[in-house]
Amino acid sequence: MGFSKDFDQGTPVVTSAEQVTLTIDGRAVTVAKGTSVMAAAAQAGTQIPRLCATDLVKAFGSCRLCLVEIDGRRGTPASCTTPAEQGMVVHTQTERLTRLRRGVMELYVSDHPLDCLTCSANGDCELQDMAGAVGLRDVRYGQAGQKHRTGPKDESNPYFTFDSSKCIVCSRCVRACEEVQGTFALTIEGRGLESKVATGTGDFLTSECVSCGACVQACPTATLNEKSVVELGTPTGVVETTCAYCGVGCGFRAETQGDRVVRMVPSKRGQANEGHSCVKGRFAWGYATHQDRVTKPMIRARITDPWREVTWAEAFAHTAKELRRIQETYGKDAIGGITSSRCTNEEVFLVQKLIRAGFGNNNVDTCARVCHSPTGYGLKQTFGTSAGTQDFKSVAKADVVLLIGANPTDAHPVFASRLKRRLREGAKLIVADPRRIELVRTPHVEAAHHLALKPGTNVALINALAHVVVTEGLVKKDYVAERCEGADFESWARFIASEVNSPEAMELHTGVPAAEVRRAARLYATAKNAAIYYGLGVTEHSQGSTMVMGMANLAMATGNIGRDGVGVNPLRGQNNVQGSCDMGSFPHELSGYRHVSDDATRELFESLWGAPLSKEPGLRIPNMLDEAVGGRFKGLYVQGEDIAQSDPNTRHVVAGLEAMECVIVHDLFLNETAKYAHVFFPGSSFLEKDGTFTNAERRISRVRKVMPPRAGLSDWEVTLGLANALGMNLSYSHPSEVMDEIARLTPTFTGVSYAKLDALGSVQWPCNDKAPLGTPIMHVDRFVRGKGRFMLTEFIPTQERTGPRFPLLLTTGRILSQYNVGAQTARTANVAWHDEDVLEVHPFDAENRGLRSGDLVLLESRAGETTLRAVVTERVPPGVVYTTFHHAKTAANVVTTEYSDWATNCPEYKVTAVQVAKATGPSAFQQEDRRRDVALRQVKRGADASR
Amino acid sequence: MDSNKLVHMANQIALAFRLQPRDEAVKLTAEHLKAFWSPQMRQELQAHVAAGGAGLEPLAKDAVAKL
Ligand code: SF4
Ligand code: SF4
Ligand code: SF4
Ligand code: FES
Repeated sequence: MGFSKDFDQGTPVVTSAEQVTLTIDGRAVTVAKGTSVMAAAAQAGTQIPRLCATDLVKAFGSCRLCLVEIDGRRGTPASCTTPAEQGMVVHTQTERLTRLRRGVMELYVSDHPLDCLTCSANGDCELQDMAGAVGLRDVRYGQAGQKHRTGPKDESNPYFTFDSSKCIVCSRCVRACEEVQGTFALTIEGRGLESKVATGTGDFLTSECVSCGACVQACPTATLNEKSVVELGTPTGVVETTCAYCGVGCGFRAETQGDRVVRMVPSKRGQANEGHSCVKGRFAWGYATHQDRVTKPMIRARITDPWREVTWAEAFAHTAKELRRIQETYGKDAIGGITSSRCTNEEVFLVQKLIRAGFGNNNVDTCARVCHSPTGYGLKQTFGTSAGTQDFKSVAKADVVLLIGANPTDAHPVFASRLKRRLREGAKLIVADPRRIELVRTPHVEAAHHLALKPGTNVALINALAHVVVTEGLVKKDYVAERCEGADFESWARFIASEVNSPEAMELHTGVPAAEVRRAARLYATAKNAAIYYGLGVTEHSQGSTMVMGMANLAMATGNIGRDGVGVNPLRGQNNVQGSCDMGSFPHELSGYRHVSDDATRELFESLWGAPLSKEPGLRIPNMLDEAVGGRFKGLYVQGEDIAQSDPNTRHVVAGLEAMECVIVHDLFLNETAKYAHVFFPGSSFLEKDGTFTNAERRISRVRKVMPPRAGLSDWEVTLGLANALGMNLSYSHPSEVMDEIARLTPTFTGVSYAKLDALGSVQWPCNDKAPLGTPIMHVDRFVRGKGRFMLTEFIPTQERTGPRFPLLLTTGRILSQYNVGAQTARTANVAWHDEDVLEVHPFDAENRGLRSGDLVLLESRAGETTLRAVVTERVPPGVVYTTFHHAKTAANVVTTEYSDWATNCPEYKVTAVQVAKATGPSAFQQEDRRRDVALRQVKRGADASR
Repeated sequence: MDSNKLVHMANQIALAFRLQPRDEAVKLTAEHLKAFWSPQMRQELQAHVAAGGAGLEPLAKDAVAKL
């Protein structure tokens, strides 16, 4: 794994069907029309010297280093801003050009420190490279009179430095922040030689900067440099892999020295991100080597005993014995397992295989249960398959975007950057969210409509939007007639046209003015391309599945499925939510969403696996916990999930865990769930294993091993160890063999192999004989189920109601710098931005309760109570409070209830009736939890621990 | 499992299908229970119906009879 930098052709890649041929230094070059002379030369292998140009951002033409001569043209045009034209004859190396370029470089260098040998970017600096390229030997102006050499250093950002003494004011950083990230945090202040880069307000940490790293990547000098590079030196190796945080699934270059990561740089070959990233994937990878990592397997008889470190062999033998004992005592169905959306497809596949074929039941579920299970149900019913319809790129063709219950600038930042770019180009945005999320108004972006509905009334809103479409004659009749089931459409149209679904009638529930709903519906329905993007604000409701179907109905009625720029797209929370669902993690489905009762499918698996499979659906996570409390469910294998923190109604979850006899936690850290576990298998981070993740656009990307697993075994090897201790006799020598098995058993994956992924970078399923290169956009000529099916979506209010005791509605979400339960991000410097969960309260509600920002408040529901700090803000409407669930000490889920989606049991996290009052100290639960943190986490080290 | 919970969940399912013609709604509710509930959960609900089915929507009750 030698090191080479990502290729940079100087100006952005242009795609155009039209080609032009020109001659550069005597060689004919054919490029897409619109390509710059600079990029054309680069494509032909000639690097024209440059400083202010990079293919991350549009050409700017300020440094004058990239001059060329063109036959028939006067002067020396800048090659970065000159488009290649048919028949053009270009010279990149002439005496005149050499003289001019040296002159330019002299000026730059006269204002630059000459400490190259001790500079952190030594060997990775374009200024240094250019000085060499133009043959600079002397600086006639001397080194006096410099404007920047004494400039200050800003070290406030935990991950990168800004050393203004090294700045050449090329503005690449400013343009990257604007064009790539869309945050507009940087400006060039002053003019001429006095000009300098400035953060609008304060330093990098306190400014608008979201630490995405785009400016650092764009900077040609050491001005903006990763602190890890400053500390460790420049990388010597590189491994292409995939981010393990959110469902965007960004491609990364893990740049290394030996098996140590020096920095993570977003890869331009990553088709989900095309060279961009956010603060999590780019910088928050330090958890992988955090001291809290557990690296030895451990067991204990009772949860009150201290943990005892054991060998892997002992751990597997002990666990297998326990599981078999439980099955013999309480029956085959008394155990089960949970797969993780943070683990690879291969690992997930093995866990569900272990459960179905080894445990002999279908008690397997996944954390998607608590996030996107309604997506699976709703899209399967309407379109025929459980996945988003588009690739991320498609948003660049959307004219209207309807964003529902999602907050992409925080939760899916790289997608948000794509979306913001499209909005800056003029596309219109409709936001449906109780909270004023950032996209409602942010630099150069303003939503056309913010439909600030009351939590729990999504279906009322989507029905009202559809009502307008149907009753105002906005249905795309040809599309519906050709593509959808006629009778279903007719009955849906009748239902939706009824007065109860009108915006006027629904205003009572949603609180959104009917006139605004009507305008938004017209905007969506009359757009050339209208796209729906949604998040957990849709699914985590008692009518989550109904809402997913409601959105699908709206998209079908307006003809917005089956081409670029449209679609219904779930923004998935965790990196491999899509993959874990695809891999057969649900108790009722085998891989590829085929029901366990389907004899033909089951027989296929049975014959390959050599084991009988149950045709009955198994237990879902909440059912497992209920059965545990009821005394019938006794053993659970939890891979890479922390249900004691992430799942609703913590007290109930804990009661379930405490009632079990063998809880196996397989994780990087002794998490909250591990407090109630009897076996701990140390997990491996994404840097320590091979495999694949599938992102929200169904894109399967490789995860590649950068360093050996700290505990000696990768996660897939651990599952294998347990399976074999149970007598399953599985043998795989590499995860690629697991993928081969997945491909053999799953019709939408038959064309997937590691060889293909290595060759293409990634593919989007379905990838099979019909679509050997994968499927960026689904349902193009026909729906997967044949004809699209309209479903009746009656609005049924949740039973979770406010009342005198609990008068406010709590809704939950995420913020940019933290991820899910914080197991990873809370162990990184990302805490600089968010070190505790806070409760957002509207000024009106705050005043009624005598609360001020910073006050400790008691948040109480019928399920439980917790304390956290209040932030008084108009971001939330009156009557609604909001918090995140990133930190264990807040225990936000002590408050959420066990109400759930009717079809899938996805918890109703987004609506809990609560009361808020000033608090004096931690709640009783928090106090008890702190005691347990100590009591249930003791480890007796050493003894007989070895590999 | 707590029968109140089973009743609550079964009612939610029945309500989701209640706009369909009655026979269809019963069928869809029963199919949903078969497709997504473990046999044990279904049996417990059946036992609850046998014991009078307190709290259960008539539609859900009819669906249970079809299991
Ligand atoms: S890190 Fe990102 S947001 Fe911050 S200044 Fe740089 S480009 Fe802008
Ligand atoms: S900080 Fe770097 S990218 Fe920005 S203007 Fe200075 S040298 Fe150019
Ligand atoms: S967290 Fe998401 S958006 Fe950020 S780098 Fe990772 S995959 Fe990309
Ligand atoms: S690279 Fe073309 S003007 Fe700077």
